[in-house]
Amino acid sequence: MKLALLTDLHANREAVSAVLAHARAEGAERYAFLGDLVGYGADPGWVVDQVREHVDRGAVAVRGNHDAAAVHGPLPSMNADARRVIEWTHGQLDAAQLAFLEHLPMQVEEGDMIFVHANARAPAEWAYINARADAVQSMHACVQRYTFCGHTHIAALYHLSATGKAGEFSPTPGVAIPLSEQRRWLAIPSSAGAPRDGDPATGYALFDASARTITFHRLPYDHAAAAARIRAAGLPERLAERLNHGE
Amino acid sequence: MESERPIQPGSVQIGQVIDGFRLEERTHRGGMATLWRVTRVEGTEDHPDEPPLIMKVPRFLGGDDPATIVGFEVEQMIMPTLAGPHVPRFIAKGDFSRLPYIVMERIDGPSLRPRLDAAPLPIDEIAQIGVKVATALHELHRQHVVHLDVKPSNIMFRPSRASQGGEAVLIDFGLSRHDHLPDLLEEEFELPMGTGPYMSPEQVQFVRGDPRSDLFALGVMLYHLTTAARPFGAPTSVRGLRQRLYRAPVPPRELRAECPAWLQEAILHCLEVDPAQRYQSAAQLAFDLQHPEQVALTERALRVSRSDRTGMVKRWFRAIGMESRGGGGIAEQAAKNPILLAAVDVLGAQPSLLDAVRRTAQRLLDSAPGARLACMTVMRINRIAMDELVEADGSSRHVNLLVQLEHWARPVKQGNAAAGRVTLHVIEASDPARAIVDYARKNQVDHIVIGARSSGGLRRYLGSVSAQVAAEAHCNVTVVRDATPSGG
Repeated sequence: MKLALLTDLHANREAVSAVLAHARAEGAERYAFLGDLVGYGADPGWVVDQVREHVDRGAVAVRGNHDAAAVHGPLPSMNADARRVIEWTHGQLDAAQLAFLEHLPMQVEEGDMIFVHANARAPAEWAYINARADAVQSMHACVQRYTFCGHTHIAALYHLSATGKAGEFSPTPGVAIPLSEQRRWLAIPSSAGAPRDGDPATGYALFDASARTITFHRLPYDHAAAAARIRAAGLPERLAERLNHGE
Repeated sequence: MESERPIQPGSVQIGQVIDGFRLEERTHRGGMATLWRVTRVEGTEDHPDEPPLIMKVPRFLGGDDPATIVGFEVEQMIMPTLAGPHVPRFIAKGDFSRLPYIVMERIDGPSLRPRLDAAPLPIDEIAQIGVKVATALHELHRQHVVHLDVKPSNIMFRPSRASQGGEAVLIDFGLSRHDHLPDLLEEEFELPMGTGPYMSPEQVQFVRGDPRSDLFALGVMLYHLTTAARPFGAPTSVRGLRQRLYRAPVPPRELRAECPAWLQEAILHCLEVDPAQRYQSAAQLAFDLQHPEQVALTERALRVSRSDRTGMVKRWFRAIGMESRGGGGIAEQAAKNPILLAAVDVLGAQPSLLDAVRRTAQRLLDSAPGARLACMTVMRINRIAMDELVEADGSSRHVNLLVQLEHWARPVKQGNAAAGRVTLHVIEASDPARAIVDYARKNQVDHIVIGARSSGGLRRYLGSVSAQVAAEAHCNVTVVRDATPSGG
């Protein structure tokens, strides 16, 4: 069973289309959306509809901080640009789309997998997994072998051995990484809508549950078009420009 | 139906069937693992090209020994990614939840371990072993893997029949590192990982992932085979291991007078404390061992005694901070230090084409500081008739060609002679294209530069050597054309 993992889609229609097309071609049978469907980008309605259709067909989706903010108003921690987009996003979504976001679960546990936006230790506090210690805390807070999360926008793979030794790894795109059953794994599949590692290419990961491998993918897409739509919507220029640089 | 219950590694026995493999015979019981000869229960019809098989089952010492467990986990992760004649073919692996194992091709030839007891070996055999092992290591490095436990018992040789076989096969990837996969061992141990006598200085300092570490280990082996002594002893403490950071080995020629200067040069080149001072790729070492007369001799070749105090301090200074250096990936290290081959028809080609080939070769050489350039010309001999090996004036054709080739290469050599980056080769063959392709394959050449005859009567008559080389070579080929307009 191949499971496509998408996180931090951020209302980027061009990028999400590219990822979904690639995942389909790679034989993805299921999808998991790890939160932050909206915010920053110019197509919140389209992205929410896509995710909703996938969920109707059995996909997993969890709530991100931007999704919560689009429903309940900006969080105090958000910067000025993010607030402006959140307020704009709220106005773009209809009642059904807002209700969908409002009812997204904080986390989903399914067999040996857990899906959550920020971390499994305190999901609603939205703390980032930036280092090995954060990943270890998250893995200690749940029992599942595989944690799939997002929020950082940077691809990473952490692992924890039975003896408590943890390691981290920056995945090479396109390489199927075997996930030994001797240890536990936490994967962050980059960001589908707003990569931040200096490469504008969109990213996602494909988890093969039967072969027990994970492959991180990076795909070029028309980021100039996505940036143009942000400008056309009258959203902050900085949000458009950074899509072109993966910042 | 087989049960899915866990099997104790110690309880497996002859006749038992595990995942369709029947255990026929226990062939080896080592400290870390037991090896079984196995066959497929359902027969081999579905696997027509399958070689004879063995199953490796780890022995977990004292319950949960992390070294064995993680090492086996690493081997299970890396072996399926490897291919080619220099590794055993991977067939299957078993879950840790039931019984961890690896089923792989059985290599019938001997390991290098017994030859160690026969040291000192004849110089020819040492060079031959060196070439085979370096070739295997280069293939491994190109597949993004550094072995990190190169030693005689981890090197086997395929049985040779006629001119076939005899390749070195690397086994035991329990300490290896794959560039594109997580390093499961990185955080596991507080002690340096490797085998005492063979461990590179950077491994002693916990650096895992430099392919040049494998060249250090190969240097230790070649030293041992040459002198019957270990260059750094067999230390068991970290303190003992660290000695190799500041203490240079006794030069091989001091222990064995007939060790040629080129071999001492090659061995000590491998044993440099700073990876940047070693051979930069295994292929470059293999190249030198195949062309002893072309090895650029440095102060290493002349050393007659273990370095004095100043030398020690120098070695030690080179060791400081070397962890921070190095860079790129394992395969990239090999690619960054390519072997280039300029195939030059020094007598037949137009001067303007010869210039163009040289300019292209020079550009490629300049673009990679670690690159080496082999300049080659083919001396055409007849397949059947006796050849005129002596020119009309009594001089040797071979020597004449070498003189011409040297003249052609002089402008390139002027900038690079010191490092011995440019070598010259006259090859005698009846089929030049075949000779060039064979030479490139045997020497792990990365890139061939060759001139194309301008279209015209001669080309129609003789056929195009460059076209055949471009079609048949396994590496990159740049075909250089003469810029001057041709009549054809």
